[in-house]
Amino acid sequence: MTIIENNKDHANQILHRIYHRTSHAWRIGITGPPGAGKSTLVERLAIDFVKHNKTVGIVCIDPTSPFSGGAILGDRVRMSSLFLDPKIFIRSMATRGSLGGVARATNEVCDLLDAFHKDIIIIETIGVGQVELDVAGIANTTIVVLVPEAGDSIQTMKAGLMEIGDIFVVNKSDREGADRLTMEIESVLEMKNSQRTPPVLKTVATEGKGITDLYNCIMEHQKYLVSSGDFTKQKREKITSEIVELIDSKIKSNLWQNKKINSNLTLLVEKVIKGQQTPYHASEKLIKIWKNSRGVSR
Amino acid sequence: MEKQQGGKQVNKKLNKKEANAQSPKRIINETISGIPIKAIYVPTDIKTLNYNRDLGFPGEYPFTRGIRETMYRGRPWTMRQFSGFGTSKDTNKRYKFLLAHGETGLSVAFDFPTLYGRDSDDSISTGEVGKCGVAISSLEDMETLFDGIPLDKVSTSMTINGPASVVWAFYIAAAENRGIKSNILRGTIQNDILKEYIAQKSWIFPPEPSMRIITDIMEFGAKHVPQWNTISISGYHIREAGSTAVQELAFTLADGFTYVEAGIKAGLDVDIFAPRLSYFFNSHLDFFEEIAKYRAARRIWAREMKNKYKAKKQESLLLRFHTQTAGCTLTAQQPENNIVRTAFQGLAAVLGGTQSLHTNSMDETWALPTEKAVLIALRTQQLIANETGVANVIDPLAGSYFIESLTNEIEKEAYKYFDKINKLGGMVKAIENGFPQREIADAAYRYQKAVEEKRRIVVGVNDFVLDEEKIEIPILKINKGVEQEQHKRLSDLRKKRNNNKVQKSLKAVKHAAQTKENIMYPILDAAKAYATLGEVCNAMKEVFGVYKEPPMF
Amino acid sequence: MNKKLRILVAKPGLDGHDRGAKVVARALRDAGFEVIYTGLHQTPEMIVTAAIQEDVDAIGLSILSGAHMTLFPNVLKLLKKQKATDILLFGGGIIPDEDKKVLYKSGIGKLFGPGTPTSEIVEYLKKYFKTE
Repeated sequence: MTIIENNKDHANQILHRIYHRTSHAWRIGITGPPGAGKSTLVERLAIDFVKHNKTVGIVCIDPTSPFSGGAILGDRVRMSSLFLDPKIFIRSMATRGSLGGVARATNEVCDLLDAFHKDIIIIETIGVGQVELDVAGIANTTIVVLVPEAGDSIQTMKAGLMEIGDIFVVNKSDREGADRLTMEIESVLEMKNSQRTPPVLKTVATEGKGITDLYNCIMEHQKYLVSSGDFTKQKREKITSEIVELIDSKIKSNLWQNKKINSNLTLLVEKVIKGQQTPYHASEKLIKIWKNSRGVSR
Repeated sequence: MEKQQGGKQVNKKLNKKEANAQSPKRIINETISGIPIKAIYVPTDIKTLNYNRDLGFPGEYPFTRGIRETMYRGRPWTMRQFSGFGTSKDTNKRYKFLLAHGETGLSVAFDFPTLYGRDSDDSISTGEVGKCGVAISSLEDMETLFDGIPLDKVSTSMTINGPASVVWAFYIAAAENRGIKSNILRGTIQNDILKEYIAQKSWIFPPEPSMRIITDIMEFGAKHVPQWNTISISGYHIREAGSTAVQELAFTLADGFTYVEAGIKAGLDVDIFAPRLSYFFNSHLDFFEEIAKYRAARRIWAREMKNKYKAKKQESLLLRFHTQTAGCTLTAQQPENNIVRTAFQGLAAVLGGTQSLHTNSMDETWALPTEKAVLIALRTQQLIANETGVANVIDPLAGSYFIESLTNEIEKEAYKYFDKINKLGGMVKAIENGFPQREIADAAYRYQKAVEEKRRIVVGVNDFVLDEEKIEIPILKINKGVEQEQHKRLSDLRKKRNNNKVQKSLKAVKHAAQTKENIMYPILDAAKAYATLGEVCNAMKEVFGVYKEPPMF
Repeated sequence: MNKKLRILVAKPGLDGHDRGAKVVARALRDAGFEVIYTGLHQTPEMIVTAAIQEDVDAIGLSILSGAHMTLFPNVLKLLKKQKATDILLFGGGIIPDEDKKVLYKSGIGKLFGPGTPTSEIVEYLKKYFKTE
């Protein structure tokens, strides 16, 4: 995993070799605002899956500091009861500059866990409040967790979240406003024009309330995806975007490892400063240089 | 008027001069807590001060100047050294030593397993039994701890929180077994669970059941142990965790108000339990800031108890407090200097009107104190009381432009925190959100940075350092056999007690936990049946669950 | 992309004084490390399991309770058992010199005493992983 996270040369080779072993696990993404109780929910869910004789991989994501490049990964604090369970493997990851709530290599780390025969993989996003939608591209089932306190803002800030959720959870539902929030979510979802209206569940994760319901909902969603054919559709989309992404990153690294490009970049920047060039024209020029020199540096 | 405006000019002039001086990096324009201070204070700084409204005479509302009319002229503060180590036998010997040398109250330090409600033979206790305090796993240990000590005469303070109900039951049972009735027992249990979540982290149950146990204790105390302080609301640990003076004050008082509200909500009369609430503060390095903090604390408490909580009895308005000098300010380097630090801090506590005082020993960054070190610490208090003369005049700093202005400032800042906490939905919610935890962690990091960048000087650590310093003070060694000894005691106990009775009593504890019955009664029965600390706590855990902290940095 | 150093900061045993551990965690983050913080009351088994799952480069233990002579060796023993001795084990807390000597001999990395600037810890780790 460390190799994959650090993007060493042979990471892709490893992933290539294990790929045929990776279609086993069901991937569950959990996202939502900070303080929604995501970690506790993950802990409870994991316990439930183990009870059903499943092995579980958990990937927790925390933000990297944009100033130092360092990070504090503290999600394990909430999951200490899982540490010693041999059926559970927890890995913390830092975003390392990627936006969208997950780390760049999250998908690849999930592949690895998958290859090591985890039945279930739970991905917990960072939860710092910005829109964290990327998880939906990785997960089979995306769960959006909200708390009653967040009720007022759901129309405005959570527009994207409403789109990606396959299951909605109102956690800390023993608090005031839980019923109102549940109704609000339901009314927003009803306006959506789709075959399946995502269920809205109430939980109190700290007390384990509603976890069995959630487990059942996940299972139902899995059944639905498979029987409706959406699963194949989801898979097709995922593979497409994986290939596109791989090409993107290959091209990018090829481009920026090109010495000519870098030296010309410096020159062109100076020209822009002097007013002899615009960034638009400069970029066109660099791409031309790259096209002409392809294959030279690599 | 002209002269008073002169204050501003003087400050400007001084600031200019300082700007030209050699060491502009060092922080001199704020207190350790970051409250801005000026070079000089003048009458305009306290022009809104109204003597009767804001200060009053000692023993009079709002008690800014002290809770008693005569203060130390009537009775000196209680000299109470926190101590405990090894087995109950080891600590019993230390208590007798301290009492023989003029100490006037006992204060029990428990080891980590005990603080956490675990028996000495629990596997997680390995390596920690008797290390940071005395190991107490059953009534039997408690009986040994106080063997030969007159429980009807001394007052005993016990720093215990999560399992306070059980340990207190051990104490009451130990006294009753010696024929001493509970209604004459005097002392304090810390029993302040909120600050455990905030700072000290020796919690067991989640906040809600914890608050319920506390109200049970308050009710039981009012009925059966009326001279006992059932909660010592503690800022000490909040400060040690790195908070500022204002945070210490604000979070502690907010905790206090939360307990009052819980008591009222449970149907208790505020004037019955409020007089048994006491406080426990830290005395840190910034001399005047600390004194101002204590004065502000008394004023805020009296005002809120009277106006908001409608307390009628004067005793309910009095903020009585114990002080301990700041352990976190002691240095491992040149440990003898700690004697001096502690003396200044002890002096601040006395000038701030404390009811009792613990002075730290110089060797406490290294280990629990040796007999010699603890004697010097006790002597430091005796020196302040008997040689310096500061105890002869009541609240001698009242009226000082600086002290009064700083008292007002601290009070103002504390109210800002109260507002924030209210907006978060009260202290329990704020804690669940990690608000106070985060504020404290931020303050601790700021302080550490200031020290590392040498904007704050710590003598012997980042300046005035001795090259190749050798530590020359003796260090107390805990006898290695403590753990085995405790294991043996416990296994013997488990054999010789009536285990049927124990199981029955534990069932009763569980039953009370599930219902609304006051849980102190079955706990006391379990204690008398020689159920262990861990057994009783586990019975409660089965019903209440355990707490998990929110990750905060 | 360059390799990021991953450090597990843990508080073993029952002692809840996490001020030091948290200050160090922050300082390491600010120096560019990825810090995995596991919270309070960790047993040696929990610490070693987490270290292996997280594939950390080092484990820093903060112990103020006087239980260092039990906890450090226990963590080390488990690391050996799991064949994970490439993980550096270091720590901080109140540890008398004579105990330090014994621990150093057993293969434990640097132990930092009270009053150590966090920059010293950062420097130590950077240097250690450069020369390794």
